[in-house]
Amino acid sequence: MTTVLFYVFAGIAIVAAIGVVIARSPVGSLLFMVTTLAAISGTFVLMEAHFLAAVQVIVYAGAIMVLFLFVIMLLNLGHEAQRDLKWGAFSIVSAAVVGGIVGMLALDLRGSDGAVVSGAGAEAIAAATEQYGAVGAIARPLYTTYVVPFEITGILLLVAIVGAIVLAKRGSAS
Amino acid sequence: MITEALGLSAVLFVIGTFGVLVRRNAIIMFLCIELQLNAVNVAFVAFSNVFGIDGQVFVFFVMTVAAAEAAVGLAIIISIFRHYETVDVGNFNLLKW
Repeated sequence: MTTVLFYVFAGIAIVAAIGVVIARSPVGSLLFMVTTLAAISGTFVLMEAHFLAAVQVIVYAGAIMVLFLFVIMLLNLGHEAQRDLKWGAFSIVSAAVVGGIVGMLALDLRGSDGAVVSGAGAEAIAAATEQYGAVGAIARPLYTTYVVPFEITGILLLVAIVGAIVLAKRGSAS
Repeated sequence: MITEALGLSAVLFVIGTFGVLVRRNAIIMFLCIELQLNAVNVAFVAFSNVFGIDGQVFVFFVMTVAAAEAAVGLAIIISIFRHYETVDVGNFNLLKW
């Protein structure tokens, strides 16, 4: 049952991801992206990452995608529907790059087949969730082992806020 | 389950890469970059079932960086749009030789 559900969510995610690339209008592309994110959130639930699934929906599909939608609305790009795929010589380079990545990934997945199917991690996560709850299991390492990267993340967000305001302010630079 | 999740991650990453290379609309290129970040998140969560909770903590950091990147990137797009009146990256040829 879990495997079937995983395949359903994976199929939805892949089809919607193709839709993101081939959709004509930016709004259509964005709605396909929200579908992809929701399907990925479903696969997170099936992989026992319940809190991350909730964060995925709230932060990604909620906040970041709404930010994109606001920018599309602000720049009035919703009606722009011309075909803007690059063809010609550049598509050959793109196909070569993508083909190279596909080949390397397929080689890696074939080489590691059966080597990592299960490990100690699932039991450790289940034990931590049993003891501290789904949020506490993530919050404990976040505030102990990874507390320095966590604080640096705060500085990164501050820099991003200041940078976004400075860049988007009307008539600041030049 | 882990092998299938890694396959899903690989497919999503390749689709995102193809989108970044092929589309000319700057906003859709950004969406495809987000798709690539999400593909990496799927791989992190899959590996957290093998190596412990650290993978899920890293997904947090990836999401934070993605949010910061989206905010700054969209501000740059707005700034460029004010100057060129378009978001088609084919028109941004100041640094092109």
